[in-house]
Amino acid sequence: MLIRQPVRLFVALAGISFAGILMFMQLGFRDGLFDASVTVHRRFDADLVLISPRSTSSVRMAGFPKRRLIQTMADPQVEGITPVHWSLMLWRNPENLSTRSILGLGFDPEDPFFVNPELSQDSQQLSLKGRVLFDQLSRPEFGPVAEWFRQGRTVESEIGGNRVRVAGLVSLGTSFGADGNLLTSSETFLDLMPNKAPGSIELGLIRLKPTADPLAVQERLTALLPNDVRVLTKQGFIDFEQNYWRSSTSIGFIFTLGAAMGFVVGCVIVYQVLYTDVSDHLPEYATLMAMGYQLKTLVGVVVREGLILALVGYIPAYLAGQALYWFVRDATRLPVGMDLSRATTVFTMILVMCMLSAGLAMRRLVDADPAEIF
Amino acid sequence: MASTVAIEGLNHWYGRGANRRQVLQSVGLTIEPGEVVLLTGPSGCGKTTLLTLIGALRKVQEGQVCVLGQPLNAAGRGARQRLRRRIGMIFQGHNLLRCLTAEQNVQMGADLLKDRSYLARRDLSRQWLREVGLGDHLNKLPHDLSGGQKQRVAIARALAAHPQLLLADEPTAALDSTTGREVVDLLKRLAREQACSVLMVTHDPRILDVADRLVRMEDGRLFCSVG
Repeated sequence: MLIRQPVRLFVALAGISFAGILMFMQLGFRDGLFDASVTVHRRFDADLVLISPRSTSSVRMAGFPKRRLIQTMADPQVEGITPVHWSLMLWRNPENLSTRSILGLGFDPEDPFFVNPELSQDSQQLSLKGRVLFDQLSRPEFGPVAEWFRQGRTVESEIGGNRVRVAGLVSLGTSFGADGNLLTSSETFLDLMPNKAPGSIELGLIRLKPTADPLAVQERLTALLPNDVRVLTKQGFIDFEQNYWRSSTSIGFIFTLGAAMGFVVGCVIVYQVLYTDVSDHLPEYATLMAMGYQLKTLVGVVVREGLILALVGYIPAYLAGQALYWFVRDATRLPVGMDLSRATTVFTMILVMCMLSAGLAMRRLVDADPAEIF
Repeated sequence: MASTVAIEGLNHWYGRGANRRQVLQSVGLTIEPGEVVLLTGPSGCGKTTLLTLIGALRKVQEGQVCVLGQPLNAAGRGARQRLRRRIGMIFQGHNLLRCLTAEQNVQMGADLLKDRSYLARRDLSRQWLREVGLGDHLNKLPHDLSGGQKQRVAIARALAAHPQLLLADEPTAALDSTTGREVVDLLKRLAREQACSVLMVTHDPRILDVADRLVRMEDGRLFCSVG
């Protein structure tokens, strides 16, 4: 019945699409944030990791004695270890000389570190002092480091008053916690951060034999080591980081709330449109009832109307969502993308929204008294 | 054969408490199969109330009402709804569905015949529209039809469900005298062919001659006069 009223149809569809876009946006940001916060974590070549119990997240990593990591070698299932220094540093933009904090990781170039192999070749460059690998996906505020480097220029900058030279590029990606990343050797790291004790590290990577059960080893190590370290599986380390953003900050809550708002706004708009539509056609519904049609049949009409609205309204929401994700990816370099589960979640929510509104609008149908139409 | 409509001692009230007002007082009426009965009377005397009671649109409060062999005194919502399928109704306004074409409107009536296929129902509705002389206007919306044409679509819709009783509430009220005459003649001819009883409420003195029987109502009471 809406087809004969293009304006109202348009309003309904615009409302649904708007709600859909809002949900796509908010959920996209939320998931993007959680994904982005562990881009670095995912790449570590490790089965188990050691962290300090005082560490709360990637932006607040506390140190623990390197000895603890070496102690784990006592376990027969442990194949190799890599001590990692981890801290935020102040990077000076080589173009305009402003400083900004960047996440710096220090490790021994001889040790395996990241799972992707192309880094292993580049990491040899780090054996020279004062060399760093710069994350080319870092935000542009750090300066045009990647472009300059690719042009063959020597890119030099300062960290904490020490001169560093960019020896190579890596692709890691930004997160809400870190706007950029750089990798360096342990030696350079300690030069750059003189207040860090040499015997203290922030992260210990543990590689196990292929046949080992990570959970069993995790248990053994926890029993073995004093409680100034925590033993986590790699997945546990990823969860640890995501949990921080999810529960210790209001970010997750805010975006979920935003999505809920979109849902409510959509409900109100669809309800308004369907309610007015049913009210306008009340005499016609009453006529149908007088002819002997069941209330059930008429309810079916309204449900179908809601269903069609949901389907047709979802399409522009999906397309606009794609476009906005692209835009956000471009602007913030966060890994925000359309995935199937979010697409279906939003579709389900739109469907529920339309059905809920249709259900509410249907109460108006009960008022259709066939006796009134004579 | 049993009477199409048999009413005895029917009383009906509107409102509650102090505002309670009796609109029908011990009404008795029978309509035989195929009979055309005209109901006249001043406005507000209860004609429409009687019509809605026979049409199973309202609950009977007191008295015996039996329509098409179905007693209505204690009939629930579902029973009344099923009965309504066997009664054709034509309203003062045409009450067509604005967004459907003439053909689709008639089909809304034909669709009540559950035992026929979609194609059979569509042919039936086309046939009925030709029958009322609108064979050329199948795909027009009510908006594009004249008053007389709309009322004829409404007749086709009411008859498409093969009713055994046709209730009409001032079907000519919105029409000029010539079209009104045409519509009523059409109604009577088609009802005859279907052996369908007709109860028509009207104010229009020009169409009284179509009736087999005239019934007059005043202040909630019926006065029968011979037609």
